[in-house]
Amino acid sequence: MDKNMKILIVDDFSTMRRIIKNLLRDLGYNNTAEADDGKTALPVLQTGDFDFLVTDWNMPGMTGIELLKAVRADAKLASLPVLMVTAESKRDQIVEAAQAGVNGYIVKPFTAATLNEKIDKIFERIATA
Amino acid sequence: MMGEQTLNQARMLVEHIESGDEQAAQNALEELSKLRETDLYRELGKLTRELHDTLNNFKLDSRITDLAAQDIPDAKERLNYVITMTEQAANKTLNAVEESLPVSEQLQGRSEELGAQWERFRRREMSAEEFRGLSRELDGFFADVGQSAASLHGNLSDVLMAQDFQDLTGQIIRRVISLVQDVEQSLVDLVRLSGRADGLQTSVAAVGATAAAGGAAVAAAAVEEAPDVEAQGPHVPGVDEGENVIQGQDEVDDLLSSLGF
Repeated sequence: MDKNMKILIVDDFSTMRRIIKNLLRDLGYNNTAEADDGKTALPVLQTGDFDFLVTDWNMPGMTGIELLKAVRADAKLASLPVLMVTAESKRDQIVEAAQAGVNGYIVKPFTAATLNEKIDKIFERIATA
Repeated sequence: MMGEQTLNQARMLVEHIESGDEQAAQNALEELSKLRETDLYRELGKLTRELHDTLNNFKLDSRITDLAAQDIPDAKERLNYVITMTEQAANKTLNAVEESLPVSEQLQGRSEELGAQWERFRRREMSAEEFRGLSRELDGFFADVGQSAASLHGNLSDVLMAQDFQDLTGQIIRRVISLVQDVEQSLVDLVRLSGRADGLQTSVAAVGATAAAGGAAVAAAAVEEAPDVEAQGPHVPGVDEGENVIQGQDEVDDLLSSLGF
């Protein structure tokens, strides 16, 4: 797992983006960028060469689940690892995200340890796949 | 006006009968009947519209009842939860600060003391014996600095994580704002209804639009009836309950592994 991998953080609340950015920095990942909505994130992903996407669900323009589906539908982005970090905690939502191809799902409020664990798990899976 | 028409028709009928014009009398009688039917229909129409009004008022009233019985108590609980969350975040932060301040003060104090001694050494004012003492103290100090830095780092991380309240309370407050807008709209409609002008026609149109708006408001605010996979916002204990709500990361992980993910 490359600590220099390029990560896009998407959430409509800037405080949450800052928290995640700092947590990633703490874990050694310094190569991060931000977007405030699925709508602005998608073009950034398409031109950006990202290795990892961390996204919220509930966003006004394009939701995280829609962004995930758009990513999976785009030939260039289809295999991008995606981690959802969100307050949405209804069973049907989690199932929908899993079926849409999310690699990990973290519910807010979360701990730094959880974030670390889930990232490790995602890339372990990818390595052994 | 209706009375005049009828009277004229009646006069014509009498004329035709008196003049022995049977066909004309028959026609006049038919005209009179038609008038009566028109009157009947007009009365019926009026009654129907009044019934329609009453029914729509009742629909609107029950929407307001829902707001009072369900949504507003929900909103109060959500806002109370916001208070709880912000209080917890503030306390977490203050705890971290209260732990960190003495640590940083101690570091500062110790480094000044040892710094002064080091100065003496640099100015060759220190004996070998004293230097050995200083050496030991510096060993201890370097170990302390390492520990203190780790402790400060931990506390700062706690402060970082404590800020997650802003996102979660923000989402909760947005939902309450949306509910307040629904209440506002319902009240406006109610005022318009009770202050309606004469002319049943206009009122019926207004009530028709209100029922539609009321229906839209119900749809917009129907949080629990929304399609399963729409965004619901942070879980508020006591308000968002039921077996469809997953509580905590462990339950999420269990669900995902049970699905084979």
